[in-house]
Amino acid sequence: MAEFERDLQLKLILAEPGDTIRLESGLFPILGTLSMEGKRDVVIKGTGVNSTILNFSTQVEGAQGLSITNCKNIILEDFTVQDAKGDAIKCQYTDGITFRRVKAQWLGGPRPTNGAYGLYPVQCENVLVEHCIAVAASDAGIYVGQSKNIIVRFSEAFDNVAGIEIENSTRADVYGNNVHGNTGGILVFDLPDLPVKEGRQVRIFDNIIKDNNLDNFAPEGNIVGKVPAGTGIMVMATEMVEVFENTIINNKTAGTAIVSYFITEEETKDSQYNPYTSSIYIHHNIYRRTPQIPTLDHDMGLLLFFHFFRDVPDIIYDGMPDPRYVGRDDVIPNSRRLCISDNVDANYLNLGLSKNFESWYSPFFADFNTDDNECKCIQDPLPEVTLKIDH
Amino acid sequence: MTLQKAILTILHGVSIIFPAHPVLDHALPKLSEYGFFNDPIKDQVPSEQVLPYSIASPLFSDYAEKLRFIKVPKDEVISHDRDLDLEYPEGTFLIKTFYYLDDIRDIDSERRLIETRLLKKTSSEWIAIPYVWNEEQTDAVLALAGDRTNVSWIHQDGNPINILYSIPNMNQCKSCHVYNNIQQPIGPKVRNLNIDFRYDEGIKNQLDKWISVGILESFNASEPLPKTANYEDPHDGSLDERARAWLDINCAHCHRQGGPAETSGLYLDLEESDPTKLGIFKPPVAAGRGSGNRRYNIVPGKPEESIMEYRITSTDPGVMMPELNRRLLHAEGLKLIQDWIKAMPGGR
Repeated sequence: MAEFERDLQLKLILAEPGDTIRLESGLFPILGTLSMEGKRDVVIKGTGVNSTILNFSTQVEGAQGLSITNCKNIILEDFTVQDAKGDAIKCQYTDGITFRRVKAQWLGGPRPTNGAYGLYPVQCENVLVEHCIAVAASDAGIYVGQSKNIIVRFSEAFDNVAGIEIENSTRADVYGNNVHGNTGGILVFDLPDLPVKEGRQVRIFDNIIKDNNLDNFAPEGNIVGKVPAGTGIMVMATEMVEVFENTIINNKTAGTAIVSYFITEEETKDSQYNPYTSSIYIHHNIYRRTPQIPTLDHDMGLLLFFHFFRDVPDIIYDGMPDPRYVGRDDVIPNSRRLCISDNVDANYLNLGLSKNFESWYSPFFADFNTDDNECKCIQDPLPEVTLKIDH
Repeated sequence: MTLQKAILTILHGVSIIFPAHPVLDHALPKLSEYGFFNDPIKDQVPSEQVLPYSIASPLFSDYAEKLRFIKVPKDEVISHDRDLDLEYPEGTFLIKTFYYLDDIRDIDSERRLIETRLLKKTSSEWIAIPYVWNEEQTDAVLALAGDRTNVSWIHQDGNPINILYSIPNMNQCKSCHVYNNIQQPIGPKVRNLNIDFRYDEGIKNQLDKWISVGILESFNASEPLPKTANYEDPHDGSLDERARAWLDINCAHCHRQGGPAETSGLYLDLEESDPTKLGIFKPPVAAGRGSGNRRYNIVPGKPEESIMEYRITSTDPGVMMPELNRRLLHAEGLKLIQDWIKAMPGGR
């Protein structure tokens, strides 16, 4: 084993609370997953994303680049993880994890053989991702899954299938990010058959979400493989999501899509799972879109193409409200429905999935509504996320 | 600097002085210092109070052979609860040595010991302590950061195999041996130990032996104790029982509720009965390219469409399952899982 790798792994094993593990400048080939387990109050710090580079292109062992499990208050700063065989940096069962000025990248650009996730906190609490960069992940560049109390800000994601994804997570603020050139920009998903579900309370604001038109290169079978190329924001099966003050430009298929799990056409037997969206509030965003053909590699894109050719609407709702909130005469309280207000240049489309359930993707039978009067309403803003973190 | 830390520092060529670490309170620099084995310790002849054992269905680790031993402190006893979970007394050691025969077909051929892993029960938890055998095979030295070494042997088909064998580091030990964030043994459960073993004095059921030498509390004999099938023996149990035994020992240490792979929602322990959780028509969650462009973990009747089969087959570190300690395909295990999926009813 190379000395750098052995030395670093040993430091990760023997770290004590308060330690800073310093990574010197250099390009270091690493052959196996580096792991830290059961530590608290440890900083792993390089000299910068362009100067401290851990390269896993010759990795022979372990799926991740760096793996952090069962820790508390960990800070990762100023280094790059390149070409991990699986996820670049995975962090699980950790309360207090900060990624600051960290980069995850696959050098060959978008390829299905790249690892799934760049920065990947899962089943964590108090997650901070800031000033990070994620490039060319075959699933999501920055992916927060099954976690609570999350801030993702001032980061950049491009050439990924999903730029930033918040999945089965509760209380997340995603703001000030530059998300461009992915298949889908920012995804907020809630999926069935997982130990942690009922994701909710996500705010997406002040982001630039531009040109997310990359052909979907996710290996088949993955849920992000179902995201149409040209998606700016997609909210699926999640409740309480506020999307505001974003600049959403030139995403060719759907600037913002609000959809139920049914859109995936996957079945689930998970009786505790709620496949619907509710309490979605989209306001004060700027939409801009040069006329262009939506993706033709996806049922939704085809459908839009047949109806709208080059001028597809910006906000697309599948029209599947949560039946729990649909009252008499089909009335849904404003607080539980999709509300859209005060956006700039936002055209609306309701796919009417509830009415065309069996044949929604057939361009000939669809019964669409493009009148946004049905969702002109406002909701109370969601509260700001505060992290309980000691640094 | 204590002696241990000094030796550790020298062993690893690391120039910094380490602060105290809990494992260093328990780990001796060399395996020989524990006195588990009579000299020469490469013969792995256990000393008094150290008992060899085996488990019904072993974890595949690149065709390495394994020797297992247990040492329970004098006058202490392993107890068990109503679920037959074993509670090992403080100070118990589980000892596992990995080795290769020069010729896998000939048990009398020269053998090379690679590593010995210890699990020690402390007052609060199990800790893992890895040792790597030296080239002279005179002793094994502490290797917290693990190592990699080339090994070669003649395989069943008569062809030579050469691999870069990975000796897991302390964290990797835990990455498998963890349950609800607490380090645990994997193999020595009642149902895995409930088999015959060839002792010097003759063949005997292991649990009976442990009870007779006084290291295991006896069981209420009202019901027969459970026994895991041996997946290597085509006559032991049904196809389903053998396949589930293989999945249990190779996958379920992570893939179970409370295990590190619970995020996937795929649970492969013997106790699981929900078809979706076992993978049947279950779409992947975070598999990435591990899906191999297949839609479901298991498609009944169709192993060639099942992600499980794809990941067991792969030896790409970003795809393969299990993730660790494997460079080679476990051909026999793959065949078993293929047969199992093929025989599954209920395709749609």
